[in-house]
Amino acid sequence: MENILYTITVYTENIVGLLNQITIIFTRRQINIESLTVSKSSIPGIHKFTITAETDKDMVEKMVKQIEKRIDVLKAFYHTDDDVIYQEVALYKIGAEAMLDNPEIESIVRKYNARILEVNRSYAVLELSGHTEDTQELFERLKVFHVLQFVRSGRIAITKSTVERLSDFLAEMEARNPEHPCEK
Amino acid sequence: MINGAEALLCSLLEENVNTIFGYPGGSVIPVFDAMYSYKDSFQHILNRHEQGCAHAAQGYARVSGEVGVVIVTSGPGATNVVTGLADAMLDSTPMVVIAGQVNSPLLGSDAFQETDVVGITQPITKWSYQIRKASEVPWAVARAFYIAREGRPGPVILDFTKDAQNEMMEFTYKKCNFIRSYQPYPPLQQDSVAKAAEIINKAKRPLALVGQGVLLGHAEEELKAFLLKADIPAGCTLLGLSALSNDFGLYKGMLGMHGNIGPNMKTAECDVLIAIGMRFDDRVTGDLKRYAKQAQVIHFDIDSSEIDKNVKTTVSILADAKQSLPAVTALLNPTKHSEWVQSFDSCEKEEEDRVILPEIMPAAGPITMGEVVHKVSEATKHDAILVTDVGQNQMMAARYFKFTKTRSMVTSGGLGTMGFGLPAAIGAALGAPERRVCFFTGDGGIQMTIQELGTIMQYKIPVKIIILNNSYLGMVRQWQELFYRERYSSTPMVNPDFPKIAEAYGIAGRKVVKREDLDAAIEEMLKNNEPYLLEVEVEENGMVYPMIPAGASVEQLILGD
Repeated sequence: MENILYTITVYTENIVGLLNQITIIFTRRQINIESLTVSKSSIPGIHKFTITAETDKDMVEKMVKQIEKRIDVLKAFYHTDDDVIYQEVALYKIGAEAMLDNPEIESIVRKYNARILEVNRSYAVLELSGHTEDTQELFERLKVFHVLQFVRSGRIAITKSTVERLSDFLAEMEARNPEHPCEK
Repeated sequence: MINGAEALLCSLLEENVNTIFGYPGGSVIPVFDAMYSYKDSFQHILNRHEQGCAHAAQGYARVSGEVGVVIVTSGPGATNVVTGLADAMLDSTPMVVIAGQVNSPLLGSDAFQETDVVGITQPITKWSYQIRKASEVPWAVARAFYIAREGRPGPVILDFTKDAQNEMMEFTYKKCNFIRSYQPYPPLQQDSVAKAAEIINKAKRPLALVGQGVLLGHAEEELKAFLLKADIPAGCTLLGLSALSNDFGLYKGMLGMHGNIGPNMKTAECDVLIAIGMRFDDRVTGDLKRYAKQAQVIHFDIDSSEIDKNVKTTVSILADAKQSLPAVTALLNPTKHSEWVQSFDSCEKEEEDRVILPEIMPAAGPITMGEVVHKVSEATKHDAILVTDVGQNQMMAARYFKFTKTRSMVTSGGLGTMGFGLPAAIGAALGAPERRVCFFTGDGGIQMTIQELGTIMQYKIPVKIIILNNSYLGMVRQWQELFYRERYSSTPMVNPDFPKIAEAYGIAGRKVVKREDLDAAIEEMLKNNEPYLLEVEVEENGMVYPMIPAGASVEQLILGD
């Protein structure tokens, strides 16, 4: 089976130690996490993990089941790039001198539609969001002007399907048990 | 107002706990102090090592169906239960471990006897949680028991800081019956039930593989009804043993590496393979690429992560066996597969002649392991609880001990923990006080947890210990003989006088070397309800057959004759 990049999304309760519970499932199978983003989801009290990893379909299916098996995980899904709209953010810090001395930076910024977040006497910070290839390409273009710092976020993704599968799941679970004494 | 330590005990009482396996230490003294006032409510068993606490709780849980409870201290106390947690995780045993932890301001400071218990245990528990406030105790305990017990059972650890044990709180308790992120009993899908029934109704050569899920789900009767209605022969996994009694006509023996010829070989001949509450462990399947390829596979399980994990299914039925088996049975046509069922007879005959009889009734030569197991099983009229250690003793016991009652087999299957047996036998005896417990072990395994003889002495626990002493780590020796050119690297063992050790602990015992003394010794062992240690010197180079070599396919079993 072919290895491709999968986006795994995981919805969890907000409990200490969940990150470790999820990442050890990858570690145990020696699968490298390419990127990982954790934040509050749109539903209060529920956190969302977006993880990318290269593996095959068989393995990603098994891992998603193992992730979902963790008690405090509500739901886990996996997607291919075709199933999701995804984005990353990259920040580039360039020395003030390089900015002033190289007028072509302006045209690069324009061409890539990068934003300037900060300019001061020592440096400027540019921002670009896009896919990895896009932010990498801008980095390659800026490299000649000496990028002082470059950082890229993990992937965030939203599914193309119109239904929010987690809301359905929560509604179903809560309908099954209207009072839930066990939630803190 | 009570303190957190007392709140823990009150919470345990709310969960109907009456037996605790524990070992005190610095970070858990407040809990043991509180226990002093609750002496009448709990039977506290002081094992001689925390690993013993964990395995005893497992033995207790396995025979009683209740959650086993362990209380230990922080640091080494907690790390010593790690093997037991991993064992319980692989063998789906419900267990709640409460480990003391250092005062919360000291967490992360490498304080005396501090370890990252939650971090260490996360991969080998169903749930691990640190209690830092006394007010959290009832919630955490209620949740721990719910998680350990419901759905596919497993171990839970609560890491309980000492300041939370001392903190005062107002105690109220509410049992947990719902966690929105955990669905222990997936709702039965009628379409998969119908599909499974349709496949079984068309089957010419169906074969059922019965796992511990049937025992855990209390679905033994439902299983029998299912098998009888469609005339389906069945084999049990190691952990599924005793779900069907040996005299049940459709029971065809044990599966796996050292299982019986019939159920193993027939997995390569059946047209429909029906797995019930089992997980297609590699010791059962052998080479997966050649496993049951000709068959349609129906998998009953409660845990969705087991479906398609090792063997791809045609139909999966994700539910509690107690519910799913009757649902499928209702749709089955009463059928007979007489020719198919009878085809097991020739396998049984072959095994009887070539393996079983030479093992259990040898005409001459040294005593064999199978012989001892067979005699003890006969002498107990096959209604005792069997506890085993790990290795040849385990396989011989599993092969030759017979069962008439359910929940009668306690063994470390998934993790294969040597030293499991003695403490597990203690737990089993306490979990089923009305039953007799026969524990088979080897000269290697007994010495891994031999200090538990002290526990047996202190609480007068009526375990019958049978050491099958071949002066070797027998299973490794067997592999060395078969696959490592008889290079017996570090497997011969010089052993102490075991009955003398027992004597020092006030436990009656005897050593048997000659065949003619064996019956009398077994009779002596079983004559009363007290602990006893019987050491039997058995054949040094005994082998467990049949054997499916690791990585071979199930049909490639070797008989060794």
